[in-house]
Amino acid sequence: MKRNIAIRIQEAWEHLQNRVQGGEERKDIPEIRLGTATCGRASGALETLAAFREEISRNSLQVRLLEVGCVGHCYAEPIAVVANPGFPPILYGSVTPGVARRLVRDFLGAGDPCLEFALGAVEENEKIPSIFELPRFRMEKKIILEHAGWIDPARGEEYLLRGGYRGLFQALGMDPREVIRAVKAAGIRGLGGAGFPAGEKWETCRAFPGKPKYVVGNGDEGDPGAFMDRALLESDPFSVLEGMTIAGYAVGSRRGFLYVRAEYPLAVERARAAMESLRGLGLLGKDILNSGFDFEIELVRGAGAFVCGESTALQASIEGKRGMPRVRPPHSVERGLWGKPTLLNNLKTLAVAARVLDQGSPWFRSFGTPRSKGTVVFSLAGKIQNTGLIEVPMGTTLRELVFASGGGVPKKKTLKAIQIGGPSGGCLPASLADTPVDFDSLNAAGSIMGSGGMVILDEDDCVVRTARFFLDFTQKESCGKCTPCRIGTYQMLKILNNLVLGKGSDSELKLLEDLAFEVQEGSLCGLGQTAPNPVLSTLRYFRDEYEAHYREGRCPARACRDLIAYYILPEKCSRACEVCVGACPVEAIATGAKGIKVIDQNKCVKCGSCYGDCPPEFQAVIKVSPPAKLREYEAKSSFPRKLTNDDLRLTNENEKK
Amino acid sequence: MKELKKKISLSIDGKKITARPGMRILSAALSRGIWIPNLCFIPEADLPFGGCRLCWVEVEGEREPVTACSRPVREGMVVRTRGPLAERLRKSAFELLLSRHHLDCRNCRKNKNCGLQEIARRCRYQLKPGRFTRENPGLPADDSHPDFVFNPNHCILCGKCVWVCQAKSAGILDFSRRGLECRVSTFAGEPLGESKCNGCLKCVDICPVGALFRK
Ligand SMILES: Cc1cc2nc3c(=O)[nH]c(=O)nc-3n(C[C@H](O)[C@H](O)[C@H](O)COP(=O)(O)O)c2cc1C
Ligand code: FES
Repeated sequence: MKRNIAIRIQEAWEHLQNRVQGGEERKDIPEIRLGTATCGRASGALETLAAFREEISRNSLQVRLLEVGCVGHCYAEPIAVVANPGFPPILYGSVTPGVARRLVRDFLGAGDPCLEFALGAVEENEKIPSIFELPRFRMEKKIILEHAGWIDPARGEEYLLRGGYRGLFQALGMDPREVIRAVKAAGIRGLGGAGFPAGEKWETCRAFPGKPKYVVGNGDEGDPGAFMDRALLESDPFSVLEGMTIAGYAVGSRRGFLYVRAEYPLAVERARAAMESLRGLGLLGKDILNSGFDFEIELVRGAGAFVCGESTALQASIEGKRGMPRVRPPHSVERGLWGKPTLLNNLKTLAVAARVLDQGSPWFRSFGTPRSKGTVVFSLAGKIQNTGLIEVPMGTTLRELVFASGGGVPKKKTLKAIQIGGPSGGCLPASLADTPVDFDSLNAAGSIMGSGGMVILDEDDCVVRTARFFLDFTQKESCGKCTPCRIGTYQMLKILNNLVLGKGSDSELKLLEDLAFEVQEGSLCGLGQTAPNPVLSTLRYFRDEYEAHYREGRCPARACRDLIAYYILPEKCSRACEVCVGACPVEAIATGAKGIKVIDQNKCVKCGSCYGDCPPEFQAVIKVSPPAKLREYEAKSSFPRKLTNDDLRLTNENEKK
Repeated sequence: MKELKKKISLSIDGKKITARPGMRILSAALSRGIWIPNLCFIPEADLPFGGCRLCWVEVEGEREPVTACSRPVREGMVVRTRGPLAERLRKSAFELLLSRHHLDCRNCRKNKNCGLQEIARRCRYQLKPGRFTRENPGLPADDSHPDFVFNPNHCILCGKCVWVCQAKSAGILDFSRRGLECRVSTFAGEPLGESKCNGCLKCVDICPVGALFRK
């Protein structure tokens, strides 16, 4: 009987493979794959798409033009891969409509590959250097994002042609308990933030009595600065759907819910299209691959709240209730959706499971560190040359991430700190850049892996402001249920709001610290428990900057508007140039004696326009903190200027302290 | 099945008690006359709410305090209700609640019969927000209903009215908004007098403070 099923599955699989390979597109006509995920669209990919279309028809060429997802190089979007027979496929960056027209005319029409726009070939070859020689590609190991940006996210056939669904095929031929053993043996840890061992969760869910059971894919991704799950769904929803189906088979569930953040309309659209395609291929729905196993997935759009990413709140939200976390126990694996045992995993965790079933646990274990296996996906943002998505083996150091693959900090500025894990994470100073990225090392340093947002700060970023930004977010996003999270974060925020104005005291700083501990320990769910992390980690590594704000009224990064003043260095001012005068929106800059420009501090609103616009050859505008320091500059200068009332007030206030 | 019926014995502040399996520390304690501060606990509710964060206790062998309303009892468990960390978290939550509570006991209908006053008395806390400055939320009271008034400035968001209204009555009350703005409300903030409220007044009876009171 068992053997019969195995044979039936094998036959169905071979049939499917033949069907997909038989339907493969002709290789002798050129093909263009353009990235039109959200990042591409933000850089004008839709205009590029239109330009490709127009130019192709104008030249009456036969070309296959496909929309794909994101390969992770958001800084170089729009990105297109052009496969012209006779050439290796070539990846082009910053493909504007103009470049698109040239590629069609000159490359497809006349055989000139326009290498000035190319990042490299995507296959090793003799003629054109390959992208895999670029430092970023060399460091990357793509397991989760293996197919992202290469396949058409609406056509399951493409995923199958690249080896997709072999994981499910393998799983269906195994006993569900063996599937769970494979996940455990691989050492997969949850990529939703906490790093909980996936195999253990699957096992408990399977073992717990109760029917039906449900599988939930968590694609809420509410952290500011994170966009990994969005990119995955927009580029390769199949990996997630395959992983969910495997999870369903393993735990004994026939119904899954894919919970997607509502602000991701394109991800929703592409995931829906992918599910349709899978149904057509017999890989979703009834009797998958003739195995007798049924699995349906329903897409649910999120409720638009950060807290709905928390597992119990997410489930309440699917049930149509207000997304509020509840106490545990019972855990979701015992009592989840509608009171039934429910397996909830992050989308990336599910995608990883699909790969592991295909390639085996030992293969997966060969990447990463002893306690954090596999890879991790980060979205790089902030002061970094090459923003985008990057997938590296666990254990890669922050330095490698920022400098080798991220291309370092732009404008020759210095790296100050790295905020990891969004509002729940921590801020690590540049001196800890050699910290390996894995669950335990980051925890020890006072941060968390989180769901993978990474924001790079340079010397112009104030850590107090950064902490305040994230706390303001968590404070507003608190569901309001428990006291420390609802009111405690608010009281913390009040102190931070004062600090950026230069107000505060040693006792307030102590209160901030005490309260941070109480909110961390005292909150009901992960939101409150992690909300103080940005404050605690910046206090741990940059306490002197906090103190400078209230003791000296000084912002060391010169970022807090109330604690700085702009000043034009007379000796550097070109005198003949009027750029700053024109740039100032409030007419605070006038031409003084000898043509030197002077800022009227009473009128200045500290917008920084003059600072940004003063031509680089002069760099005459500087930021001064505390503002009272202006007096020193003016005293030093051979061009004295009368002090304003504002200067006097600030000086008096400072002297009183 | 027999195994399940077995009683569990534990000790709270040195006092030995027994409890049914699956019970949580707070229910076990209260049923034996041991009081642990609480504002959001409802004995009948299927799951504890766990929002007030006042019921902190320490369990021997564990580094961090736990909320008594949510932690299930375990055989041989040794519980202390007054450990220093538990006290710290309790007092912190109490002060935070008072920092957003319109403190006007003299004119409050629940004076002398108020959950906050009781906790202050029994824990020897001052009825003050301590390290914080007090702010009155400054929200309008809803007196549109003929029988009772809802004053959100007294509300501590313990959720009891929401539970009783949903589990035992018309189901018109729920939470709305997020963060500091979170409040108990009817759907879309409809005045109580115009809502489908059936006037059962269970919410008024269950409110531990002076947020809901009879006219
Ligand atoms: C406030 C809050 C927000 C969260 N947001 C997400 C999220 O957007 N995506 C996610 O996968 N997990 C999120 N989590 C973690 C989930 O609760 C849960 O641990 C995770 O989805 C489990 O999946 P994993 O085991 O695969 O990591 C959040 C947790 C909290 C407390
Ligand atoms: S009684 Fe335990 S949190 Fe309120």
